[in-house]
Amino acid sequence: MKKYVIIGNGAAAVSCIEGIRSRDDTGEITVISEEDRPVYCRPLISYYLEDKTDAGRMNYRAADFYEKNGCRVLYGHRAAAIDPAKKTVTAEDGRAFPYDALCIASGASPAAPPLNGLDAVREKYFFTTLDDAEKLKAAVKRDTRVLILGAGLIGLKCAEGCRALTTDITVCNRSKQILSRILDADAAGIVRRHMEKNGVRFLLGCTDMRFEGNRMTAESAAADFDVLVLALGTAPNMAPFKAAGGETGRGILVNERLETSLPGVYAAGDCAEGLDASSGERKIMALMPIACMQGYTAGVNMAGGDRVYDDAFPINSFGFFGLHAMTAGTCGGDMYEERDGEKLKRLFMKDGRLCGFILVGYTARAGIYTSLIREKTPLDALNFELLKKTATTAAFPEAARRKKFGGVV
Amino acid sequence: MKRIYVNEAWCLGCHLCEYNCAFANSGLPDMVEALKGKPIYPRIHVEEGDRIVYAVSCRHCTDPLCLRSCIAGAISREDGVICIDKNKCVGCLTCVLVCPYGALAPDGNGVMQKCELCLKNACGEPACVTGCPNKAIVYEERSEAV
Repeated sequence: MKKYVIIGNGAAAVSCIEGIRSRDDTGEITVISEEDRPVYCRPLISYYLEDKTDAGRMNYRAADFYEKNGCRVLYGHRAAAIDPAKKTVTAEDGRAFPYDALCIASGASPAAPPLNGLDAVREKYFFTTLDDAEKLKAAVKRDTRVLILGAGLIGLKCAEGCRALTTDITVCNRSKQILSRILDADAAGIVRRHMEKNGVRFLLGCTDMRFEGNRMTAESAAADFDVLVLALGTAPNMAPFKAAGGETGRGILVNERLETSLPGVYAAGDCAEGLDASSGERKIMALMPIACMQGYTAGVNMAGGDRVYDDAFPINSFGFFGLHAMTAGTCGGDMYEERDGEKLKRLFMKDGRLCGFILVGYTARAGIYTSLIREKTPLDALNFELLKKTATTAAFPEAARRKKFGGVV
Repeated sequence: MKRIYVNEAWCLGCHLCEYNCAFANSGLPDMVEALKGKPIYPRIHVEEGDRIVYAVSCRHCTDPLCLRSCIAGAISREDGVICIDKNKCVGCLTCVLVCPYGALAPDGNGVMQKCELCLKNACGEPACVTGCPNKAIVYEERSEAV
């Protein structure tokens, strides 16, 4: 009987279990879970703050998932070391678990930047786990002044969630633009203005931040706060893999079968660095849909299957106070633009193919655009004049439509 | 598994399927009460292109991207039918961003909805099929894509 070990217990880990079980009903699966709870939907923690969901509904799988899949889960344990020669994982309590195939799905941890005086700030929180969200929710009252460092998706979703708890929220960022990793300046401006209208204050372009008691001062701005949230990015959890001699870049390097450089060792999710098919660059794509696909693919291959995941690229769908935006792929190349007040559509084309887009407002049926990136569809093979205005499958030639809609897909 | 298929050549573009769908999923006994003077949120929609019209609803994919992408664990497969648990959905639209058919849309109350073949409502079989005046929409078993 084959022995499987999975480090981590998030979306990638659970999908890995499902991948394994799609081929192997009996192999022994051990899950080493740092968090002391079954898998839940991490991106929902901001919705939890504003009571749009609750811990009971945030479960990612049914309560009997582990039991049904015959998994042993070690809650509250961390993997300390991997021995690739003996093929064992040692937990922090010293127990060793032998594996035939190992999946590292240990995610990422929030980065704590070396900012002057930050150590002395008492009321400070991260915002990546349900534990974090529970603590933050308990700390923020009606008039609590919340200061959030970082204007990425984590920081801004936190701001939106906190808005249901308090009236006083400031987001402070080093860059002059919010969401600078996924949006361009125009799209970011629309989102920022919308958030401002909904009561979120921004201090952008803050350099040289320092803390004194409950006051943050930067070169150009200052803010007093009661509660500080650190949302300045995350770093992959890959120390045991690295120490075992595994190959890493910014994350654990994986190929399209999710294999790492160590035999029998796979990686998936926020700790893995794979290929972005829309740009050809290697990167960590810390996104739940990708974690899921990677985990499932790793699981199938761990159980002796042959599955590849070679069409990954970043996708983001997010909303703030009712304004929805989406991004996919890589921006650059030729651009088609549509703009109507605070709605914006930008499609990016390279070598006759769609390689990325930014949509603010124009979100209906956006998956049709995404499919063009995924399938690398030559744009001259379809009615792009129609398609760029409206995301519709009517723009495909009849034969392609017949294939899409004519049978089992 | 039986799925919904549309014969482009026979679709008149009358949009009746959209009304029948909205009514079937309204939970109300009377069509006038369910639809009159209200915005409707059908789970099937008519696509219109260059001299072509046809209706589109969920394909109930065998390897569904929406299910794998849902950040709320709200999409599942029940006997082959891809279903959304509206109680879990938070309306992030990630499923809209990944579905290559444009088959998911908001329900008007902040969460998503999609065709679930009318198996759970009072109809018991797809209302778009039974109500299609030109029999362009069919509900049948097929094998691979043709």
